Amino acid sequence: MAVTDAPKIISSRFGYTDSHTLERYVATGGYKGLEAALAKKPADVVEEVKTASLLGRGGAGFPAGVKWGFCPPGVFPRYLVVNGDESEPGTYKDRLLMEKDPHQLIEGVLIACYAVGCAQAFLYVRGEMALAQERIAQALNDAYAAGHIGKNIHGSDFSVDIVLHWGAGAYIVGEETGLIESLEGNRGLPRLKPPFFPAAKGLYLQPTIVNNVETLANLPWIVTNGGAAFAALGAENSKGMRMFAVSGHVKNPGVFEVEFGVTTFRDLLYAPVYGGGIRGGKQLKAFIPGGASAPWLYPEHLDVPLEAGTVGKLGTMLGSGAIVVFDEDTDMVKACLRLVRFFARESCGKCTPCREGTTWLEKILERIVDGHGRPEDLDLLLDVCDNISVGMNWPPKQTTICPLGQSATTPVASAIMRFQDEFEAYIGAPSEITVEVKGPAFTRPPEHVLEAARD
Amino acid sequence: MSRFSPDNLRTALEILSRYPRAKSATIPLLHLAQEQDGWVTDDAMAHIAELTGTTPAQVLGTCSFYEMFKREPVGTYLVNVCTNISCQIMGGEELLHHAEQTLGIKAGSTTPDGTFTLEDVECIAACTEAPCLQVNYRYRHKITLAEFDALVDDLRAGKLTDEIPAHGTLARIRQHIPADRAAGNADPAGAPEPVWLAATAPDAEGASS
Ligand SMILES: Cc1cc2nc3c(=O)[nH]c(=O)nc-3n(C[C@H](O)[C@H](O)[C@H](O)COP(=O)(O)O)c2cc1C
Ligand code: SF4
Ligand code: FES
Repeated sequence: MAVTDAPKIISSRFGYTDSHTLERYVATGGYKGLEAALAKKPADVVEEVKTASLLGRGGAGFPAGVKWGFCPPGVFPRYLVVNGDESEPGTYKDRLLMEKDPHQLIEGVLIACYAVGCAQAFLYVRGEMALAQERIAQALNDAYAAGHIGKNIHGSDFSVDIVLHWGAGAYIVGEETGLIESLEGNRGLPRLKPPFFPAAKGLYLQPTIVNNVETLANLPWIVTNGGAAFAALGAENSKGMRMFAVSGHVKNPGVFEVEFGVTTFRDLLYAPVYGGGIRGGKQLKAFIPGGASAPWLYPEHLDVPLEAGTVGKLGTMLGSGAIVVFDEDTDMVKACLRLVRFFARESCGKCTPCREGTTWLEKILERIVDGHGRPEDLDLLLDVCDNISVGMNWPPKQTTICPLGQSATTPVASAIMRFQDEFEAYIGAPSEITVEVKGPAFTRPPEHVLEAARD
Repeated sequence: MSRFSPDNLRTALEILSRYPRAKSATIPLLHLAQEQDGWVTDDAMAHIAELTGTTPAQVLGTCSFYEMFKREPVGTYLVNVCTNISCQIMGGEELLHHAEQTLGIKAGSTTPDGTFTLEDVECIAACTEAPCLQVNYRYRHKITLAEFDALVDDLRAGKLTDEIPAHGTLARIRQHIPADRAAGNADPAGAPEPVWLAATAPDAEGASS
């Protein structure tokens, strides 16, 4: 097992009961990264983050330093919007970072604003997170009083306000253009890209950097210790440390900061310091590697490292660092229905394939679970999926404005292709699948699994 | 009542002052209205429209998109049980059914005495702590059926009022930007290149060429 002894970067203060206070933060090296950044030119801070090759932690995994470079030159003001809307099912790490170490996030925001030249930052915290909102409000008030935020920060010519903003309950607002619409006071309907790439035309149609909470929380360490030290951790395209929430049927569900790129799924699910194995001595049936939107993986994938490119080649993603573990007794048809119901409820309704498609997927799955399924329903489900994301390929094809639509197809394609027998047991008859499903993760069980099932 | 009280109007104006465009304050002001009245009234939306320079219909349009805004009265305690995937497979649905029985209502409704509203909700970012719920957005992690009943008893007996304020009050700590520390809003209609960027730009270019 490759449980490495790499240093904790972003959860280093979680052990202190007062980790959220300014006193603790400053006593443990806090605001030193900002000091180090202010001693450099903004462009050099950007370089440092590029050297670190810090991938965004919100889901899409885009390199932060590269994204920052997309702001068109000479167009001002620029804004920074922090995506603290964490609501992808299975995901639990941004809330912890906001509740337990709000100053680290604030320092990251300041470093990003300095580097990119953002004159105002908005910290969008999911509406349902009352404690995170309180901790951040207190931290902002304390940091203003101490001169870390606002006018002429640390006596320099760098000035920026950070405004705390609460959401009000809508998953789609986590999508960056939906987030911007929401911040403008509108319904959170995503915008079409192009032209509305936030870095070019974001908040108030000005250049806007949207970054995830965990992404920004890495910046104080990177600037303090150097991008090269960060890039020395991890492997291939996946550098540094990363938070993973391991939930479901493991002995020790929890949120773990592990070395990115080298730690494997097996380590995370089975190592005593992490998941500790499947509870009750059961066998692993399947796991979701990156939140509800990610195609599922299976026991034969356990030795794959948590490396973005490697996992991408399997036809899925690490997404938001959310691993949901299913043991052998899990009803995969019901799990599939529950995930689809989520997407159907949360579809914003702007695009027909997503609005209608998710609704019909839910209805058909419901009738299967209720015992009224028909043999042709599996093909019908996949046909609806094919209309939302042609071919169910990876990376997915998109017929919609944002990726939520195609995300709804992944639990359906995963469950039907792998667990066709469970659907047939509900339906009470065999069914034939004729719709072509291309994604490499959407496959039938390997021969040895089928054989074991026959015994 | 329902338009903002004088105190809340002051808070509303402070919130408005932090946004370059007033409409951006719509959601924070809807939260403030809900904190004042426990739900969002038509009068409050009309007042918000005046304050943000929009129309009541626009405010309603925004308000109705977001699940947390209630446009009719709900219970003092909003109990949100998560049944999404990590909770589902760890007993979230059983917890919800138990809650329905204990409270004597179906998810989506309110007890006749107006104390509890029960909801079946999507993931609340506590997946490793399943099954879990929130009462007025305060968490209860890994909650057993017996603990649920004890929680209901405690809430009824008023034992948790310090930790869990009545529905509508979200964070009890607000941000305040001291006037002498404020950098000020960045006007989207035109702002110069930030001085710290401008001051160092020629150097940076010089260094890289
Ligand atoms: C439907 C949907 C929901 C999303 N929800 C979130 C979220 O809750 N938090 C988040 O940081 N990113 C979320 N994202 C990704 C954002 O659009 C965006 O890529 C991210 O915030 C960028 O930050 P990063 O580059 O630092 O990862 C979501 C994307 C989609 C399509
Ligand atoms: S894909 Fe779905 S959620 Fe995304 S914009 Fe279209 S309708 Fe809305
Ligand atoms: S699935 Fe219940 S908190 Fe995430």
